[in-house]
Amino acid sequence: MKITFWGVRGSLPSPGTGTVRYGGNTTCISVETDDGQLIVLDAGTGIYKLSQALLGRLPVSCSLFITHTHWDHIQGLPFFIPLFIPGNRIQIYGAFDPISGKSIKDVLSGQMEYCYFPVRQDELRAEIHYMTLHEKQTVEIGQAKVTTILMNHPVLNFGYKIECGGKSVFFTGDNEPLYNIYSPGDDFHQEYGSLISSKDATLLDFIHGIDVLIADSAFTADEYPAKKGWGHGTFDSCIAMARKAGANKLYFTHHEPLRRDEDLDAIERRLREHYPAGEGMPSFTIAYEGLEILL
Amino acid sequence: MVEQMPAFPRSVYRVMELASDINCDPKELVEVIEHDPVLILKILKVVNSPYFSLGQKITSVNHAVVYIGLNTVKNLAMSTATIGALPRKNKAGFDMDAFLLHSLATATIARLFARELGVPVKESFDYFVSGLLHDFGKAVLAHFTPDEFQMALTIAKERQVPLYMAENEIFDIDHSLIGSLLGERWRLPANLVASLKGHHCLEGDRLPLTSVVAAANQVSKWLQIGDSGNPILEKMPDAIAEQFGEDFGTIVERLGGVTDEIEKAKVFIQG
Ligand SMILES: [Zn+2]
Ligand SMILES: [Zn+2]
Repeated sequence: MKITFWGVRGSLPSPGTGTVRYGGNTTCISVETDDGQLIVLDAGTGIYKLSQALLGRLPVSCSLFITHTHWDHIQGLPFFIPLFIPGNRIQIYGAFDPISGKSIKDVLSGQMEYCYFPVRQDELRAEIHYMTLHEKQTVEIGQAKVTTILMNHPVLNFGYKIECGGKSVFFTGDNEPLYNIYSPGDDFHQEYGSLISSKDATLLDFIHGIDVLIADSAFTADEYPAKKGWGHGTFDSCIAMARKAGANKLYFTHHEPLRRDEDLDAIERRLREHYPAGEGMPSFTIAYEGLEILL
Repeated sequence: MVEQMPAFPRSVYRVMELASDINCDPKELVEVIEHDPVLILKILKVVNSPYFSLGQKITSVNHAVVYIGLNTVKNLAMSTATIGALPRKNKAGFDMDAFLLHSLATATIARLFARELGVPVKESFDYFVSGLLHDFGKAVLAHFTPDEFQMALTIAKERQVPLYMAENEIFDIDHSLIGSLLGERWRLPANLVASLKGHHCLEGDRLPLTSVVAAANQVSKWLQIGDSGNPILEKMPDAIAEQFGEDFGTIVERLGGVTDEIEKAKVFIQG
């Protein structure tokens, strides 16, 4: 498996001199499997660079999995050039939106409406299929298996686990660790706590022994209290998740738009101090644009 | 008649109020839902539906919050809470979908007026609810006395008189009074009840809320979004005309983004 990061920012693309090393594009990750299948996770602006790379190897056949439909995870989709070229085959997967009652197809077509984008959905020339997924559904892409699990974010967000040839990778999409909404002593504190424990256990079980964990670490522990409930994790919560799941390698992503390269370097230094390598400690890396992982 | 109407309980009002506050305390939201068996049932039914196909059965509101997130539960509650409670069909030939759309448009426009008038965000929510409920009395009439209400609709149309006048002729009461009685029964805030009662009386001393809802009602009719069964466009209440003028086009322009806002608010009328 080869995993490539094409975009590591959250919320908003952040070009500029302060972000040249880690990159300013929003979320997009590609996974090429051993049997040559191309799986793409999310369609933030990073997907534009990926699409340039794909132009040299037409026709393209790929499977695009959308974690959730917030802008920073879909805003590159109208600029995914393979969509416009006849002969390409693109399969798009994602969750149903329970509030509007819309399928992934309907939600995504919204951003291709004429007032937002000059080319209409039915003018795209590639062969495009959509599939709305439910939780714990497995899709087979060649020899690879992709399975969904519901994470915690203001909209439904799927984490995707990809397994192929005995190796595995899990991407959280956007995710905030669950927390108890009741205070100790409140009637429901214990009940709520045990609901959280069982949901956490389901997740840890699902990703147990994962080779690569790619996780939303938008905030530092210091920033988090002011952002509680916004649907994002912290560097520390990601490390905790990786340790509990027995993950081998952890990659931090969804960097805040205002986070400069030197800020991320400083965060990494602090983390290395705080979490020295050792038994049960996964190796960790702050993901940057262009980073490739071979599994 | 009013006693037999489906409840628009205080809980529904509270859910909408909490949901309009971005910093609402999740505990409170759960508590409100938990005290309303109808809401609980609806939410559990939706989250356990094949649409979600969640890995496991969700059995409590807290469980739903843990599983699909507070925001999703909040939005679900909102979409099931509101006038989804209304019977969708009636024998009076009264088009409920068009009626709901009219109510929603009025609600949205009332909130835009509130914004324009500098009403604090917390209070502007009352403007929305009042707009949503201002014609609720019509639903009561259509549901319980379909034949008579159909007559009123016909009279209004044929003689080109406001529907409330036709209602008064037939029932000796009109939908604004019925709406306010319901509002009292639902224990809605007093200013809201007053606005339901007064939205067709255009003169005299009125609360800002009443004037705004009356004006929003006219604007939504002028825009021809939905149908309230009332064929007559009335004049703007004095208080609004003083500040906004009488020209509908100018008013709509000044409110800004009216149709977009209505589109966004449609979540409230999805059954
Ligand atoms: Zn995001
Ligand atoms: Zn998001």
